[in-house]
Amino acid sequence: MALIELDDVRRTFTVRTRAGRFRRERREVHAVDGLSFTVRAGECVGYIGPNGAGKSTTVKMLTGILVPTSGRLRVAGVDPARDRTALARRIGVVFGQRTTLWWDLPLRDSYELARRIHRIPDARYRANLDRCVELLDLGAILDTPVRQLSLGQRMRGDLAAALLHDPSVLYLDEPTIGLDVVSKAKVRAFLREANRSRGTTVLLTTHDLVDIEQLCDRVMVIDHGRLVHDGDLDGLHTAGESERTLVVDLAEAHPPIRVPGARVVKVDGPRQWLAFPARESAAPIVAAVAARYPLADLSVREPAIEDVIARMYAGAVIG
Amino acid sequence: MADVPTARPSRWATARWAVRAWWLMAGMWTRSTMSYRASFALMLTANLAITSLDFLVVVLMFRHTDTLGGWTLPELGFLYGTSALALGTANLFVGSIDALGDRIRTGALDTMLVRPAPALAQLCAERFSLRRLGRPVQAAAVLGWSITALPVHWTADRILLVPALLVCGSVIFACLFVGGATLQFWWGEARELQNSLTYGGATLLQYPPTVFAKELVAGTVFGIPLAFVNWLPALHVLGRPDPLGLPAAFQYASPLAAAVCVLAAALAWRAGLRAYQGTGT
Repeated sequence: MALIELDDVRRTFTVRTRAGRFRRERREVHAVDGLSFTVRAGECVGYIGPNGAGKSTTVKMLTGILVPTSGRLRVAGVDPARDRTALARRIGVVFGQRTTLWWDLPLRDSYELARRIHRIPDARYRANLDRCVELLDLGAILDTPVRQLSLGQRMRGDLAAALLHDPSVLYLDEPTIGLDVVSKAKVRAFLREANRSRGTTVLLTTHDLVDIEQLCDRVMVIDHGRLVHDGDLDGLHTAGESERTLVVDLAEAHPPIRVPGARVVKVDGPRQWLAFPARESAAPIVAAVAARYPLADLSVREPAIEDVIARMYAGAVIG
Repeated sequence: MADVPTARPSRWATARWAVRAWWLMAGMWTRSTMSYRASFALMLTANLAITSLDFLVVVLMFRHTDTLGGWTLPELGFLYGTSALALGTANLFVGSIDALGDRIRTGALDTMLVRPAPALAQLCAERFSLRRLGRPVQAAAVLGWSITALPVHWTADRILLVPALLVCGSVIFACLFVGGATLQFWWGEARELQNSLTYGGATLLQYPPTVFAKELVAGTVFGIPLAFVNWLPALHVLGRPDPLGLPAAFQYASPLAAAVCVLAAALAWRAGLRAYQGTGT
């Protein structure tokens, strides 16, 4: 069943810029320019694109904060802008760089407020809180003022706050930004659980491809307000011909490495950068390098989403 | 999966829910400020001290004169007390809305819009602090003193008019806070304009209308309805002639003026929120 429906949704902003001393020029900016897509209940969708592509404008329209300039938009069967307050009981929102928790109060108090604002029945509140506390490992910090929490703890706290009222849809904006590896893993495991076991529909914007890889079965790419890709992650890599990079530190400086399936893109003393298609496994290349060269260290770098999209967009224009 | 019920709650239910949401949020902010007890105590003391000095200036002035614009010190105390108490009460409940521009810039307003509680209630409760009680407490003290010192014959209508003007005055100031802040949806620097209406207006009302030009007083009757906060009803309570010579009905018209203000502020707020969301302008 379609939970989110967009049909040719557009959103235009009028920007006034000064032109000369008194004259002002009005310019129309098409932040979202004819978006149509459907998200079924229970899906986990990565919504990605470069900065200024229209991601947050879309999410603001989906939550009812902004009204579309034209087009039809439905979330859980209602027009978000018209029934914003009613819809707010059905959605959860987490902004990675902005907390909704109460800075000077113990974490628990923010949840108590959510219980009252969302009018969550006691039994359900207790069950949901217990589950979040367990899965997000919040037990030890429930009575700590939020200002004393680390970034990772706060993000976990925010996630719990957004899910206490059992929302049908969860919008996440950069939920792993700035977190360390352990916290990222915890956040992802929790989101996976919420999506798979609870059936919460998740729409996730991120710059971290690993988030998408581990969570989303579908990726939508938006650029200049238009959908340029809608499919799985492999399809995105194929469409964008994206490459991962193997950074190899040899024991000493060496001429460019020659291994099948990869090409050297840069050499700097003993360090060499090898590019290979993102959909291929790094293992055979690593094995080949290790077998033939004196290897000191290596690491794999994921392609940046901006690069993938830039390449895909260039490809779309040429092809 | 069940869809969101499309039946809207009644206006009355929404208003009750707004008040409850305000209480919840204000309670959270109060407890937040209480986590810095020493700071709270200092701020409250400073607040009380500063507002007390306010009326002291008027008292000092009266050491050199017996009347101001023909009004005595207790009469000025009555004007001061009613004006400051109405403003202080409005400020206590809705004053936080003057930072609307900041809430828009930082994105805090967006966070409020995705909570199932009226955004206006949340904005009014944002950063609520009990130290704002300083002004109304001091104003109530001045008003209390003036009532005991006034040589007024306290008839029933006069007695009733005092609480009525306080309620209506608070509502009028609250509407000026909300209506003025709403301008920040279009014009980010509108905060100063709103402050000049609320704080400036309250200062104006602390002095007798007789000391001001008639055009200005007329502006507070027919333009920004500040005169209904205390000037007009005070004329009846204190038994003073109207410098504008308006019909006596104006002296009882504060509830009507307050109702018009509520309507205007509500319309302004809705228009502002719509402009922010992008359906208006």
